[in-house]
Amino acid sequence: MSGDDRDATLHVRVGVRHPAGRGDAARAFELDVDFSVPAGATVLFGPSGAGKSTTLACIAGITRPDRGRIALGGEVWFDAESRKASPIHARRVAYVFQSLALFPHMSVLDNVAYGMERGLERSAKHTRARELLARMHVAHVVGRGIDTLSGGEAQRVALARAFAMRPRALLLDEPFSALDSDLKYELLYDLKKELDERPLPTLLVTHDAEEARALGERVLFMRAGKIERTDRASQAEFSSRVLPPS
Amino acid sequence: MALDLAPLGLSFEIAAIATAVSAALGITVAAILANGRFAGRDLLDVLFTAPIVMPPTVLGYYMLVALGRRSVIGRAFEHVVGSPIVFTFTGAVCAAVVSAMPLVVRSARTALEETDPRLVLAARTLGATPLRAFFTVQLPLASRGIVAALTLAFARSLGDFGVTLMVAGDIPGETQTASLAIYDAIQAHRDDDATALVLVLTATVIGLLYFVAKLTKRRVA
Repeated sequence: MSGDDRDATLHVRVGVRHPAGRGDAARAFELDVDFSVPAGATVLFGPSGAGKSTTLACIAGITRPDRGRIALGGEVWFDAESRKASPIHARRVAYVFQSLALFPHMSVLDNVAYGMERGLERSAKHTRARELLARMHVAHVVGRGIDTLSGGEAQRVALARAFAMRPRALLLDEPFSALDSDLKYELLYDLKKELDERPLPTLLVTHDAEEARALGERVLFMRAGKIERTDRASQAEFSSRVLPPS
Repeated sequence: MALDLAPLGLSFEIAAIATAVSAALGITVAAILANGRFAGRDLLDVLFTAPIVMPPTVLGYYMLVALGRRSVIGRAFEHVVGSPIVFTFTGAVCAAVVSAMPLVVRSARTALEETDPRLVLAARTLGATPLRAFFTVQLPLASRGIVAALTLAFARSLGDFGVTLMVAGDIPGETQTASLAIYDAIQAHRDDDATALVLVLTATVIGLLYFVAKLTKRRVA
């Protein structure tokens, strides 16, 4: 991570007409958000269908917004006016999917090494991958197939893979939703420790209030495509522990 | 008279080359069709898969027009290589490619489209260019389906008759494949020769199809 990156704040102002979602057409809405993500964890909190994942997809470059601007510090990734849109791979945004999206045809080490610099020797990549897996407390899964990992182990491997690419921003799309409470908080604790050591703009999508409190420093409350309010996580008031779909 | 095995050897040789060519071209087209979003995609799809149902004589006619000695491609090829495409071994390979490639395009496209798009997106967010994501994630994940597609293409090109006859003729030792030799043997009342070739081709094709069935079944399991 370079010094410039460390100070960078992610600025997101995007509009998407009728974001593609899992819901029916009647639930379609206009995504219209404007917020900044400083280094540290910011939570995007809201019911499913609020547009949280679409927002992440816009930041990563997966979805092209209809309007707005996305920039990390002074580097513009997307600007509707000037028709600029950096390709996904050029943004170096680590995106941990809800499904984790670990590559089933690769070893754990190759998964973690996938996003590392192209010029590195394979052995150097694997050495660094082992270190990262150890930091995430899953050194024991080296050499195992992806399909043999437990849910918690897979999550930790996915996080190690995300950190291995030395990302400039980290996007987490409900990656912990399938875990039971104890495992989830252990993982959130380790992730928070990791983020404290290498601060980078991090956006966690969740509809779980406990998860939001455990990791986030700031919470953006989102509903029907809009940011309703912003709070400090420690003072945020959540209407219920887990939000139902809107 | 002993059975002439030359047509059989020629068939396998032509089928192997045609499968390799179909793999390179067919997988490229399948990747474009599976991943590309552009106007005319459906038309391209129809164009590349139409030969599956097109009468062999129609295909042969088009190929003669496109590759004949008076065509641009035919003349350019003859100028560079020194021999024409039509009524040569090269013509027989071209005929086999036209028979085999639509199967590769169709099956490889399905196999590529069946891969989890999130895995490709994950590769892209990890810094992979579209090409690297294709070669390191999408293609390996679709490999079982693609091997099945290439096996089918090999079986199909092994047995081509109509297009080969129109484009390459029936020249013993040069373009006379097993399928054409069977026809000739029947015409000449050499029933034993015909039966022997028929049995070898049948066993080969059934063996290949059995392999494909095993391969695709394991994919589903």
